[in-house]
Amino acid sequence: MIPIDLAILTLVTISGIGALAIKDLLGAAIVFSAYSFLMCLAWAIMGAVDVAFTEAAVGAGVSTIFCVAAVFHTTRRTKD
Amino acid sequence: MTDLLPLMAAKYNYWIYTILMMTGLYAMIAKNNLVKKIIGMNIFQTAIILFYVSIAYKTGGTLPIIMEGGHGGGHGAINAADYINPLPHTLMLTAIVVSVATMGVALALAIKVYRQYGTLEEDDINHQIRTQAGQ
Repeated sequence: MIPIDLAILTLVTISGIGALAIKDLLGAAIVFSAYSFLMCLAWAIMGAVDVAFTEAAVGAGVSTIFCVAAVFHTTRRTKD
Repeated sequence: MTDLLPLMAAKYNYWIYTILMMTGLYAMIAKNNLVKKIIGMNIFQTAIILFYVSIAYKTGGTLPIIMEGGHGGGHGAINAADYINPLPHTLMLTAIVVSVATMGVALALAIKVYRQYGTLEEDDINHQIRTQAGQ
């Protein structure tokens, strides 16, 4: 039986690498939002509930809106 | 050596913290797009927050909250050995707010760079700066 925090941290690593590997900035912003939300779940499991809900509001909410707004003001295309 | 390997396997949080931090550092150094660099910086910051939350964790520890009343009548974790250390949590709460402020400023600067040069790629921007300086 895999511990649940190890499973979630593996998903965090996969989504973090995926956010950097996707060749589309809007897709990278959405995968980065999933990364932030999975990281917030990992912190809630580790007992840091205050850090977890701040990350859910600020990391997964506000920074995704910042990224999407920046992509809409610039361009979606990227070379890497 | 024989008891080092189970210890390394049990502390998997620190390995994942190291992997995430090096991923963010690689993105900040080697990626060409400015938004990808900013995402890498944020991954770096969350990896360090993961490290601090991991060193605060205790197996079987509870939250430092006294239930139902308090003033000696409540029940909950009283001894410091029974609850999760809340000091790194408060420090990392500040770090999260700082990280979103840093990301907002960095994205605003990226938008200004895009309006000036018409691209977000670092090598194109460097090429334009060199050709302007050469004239």
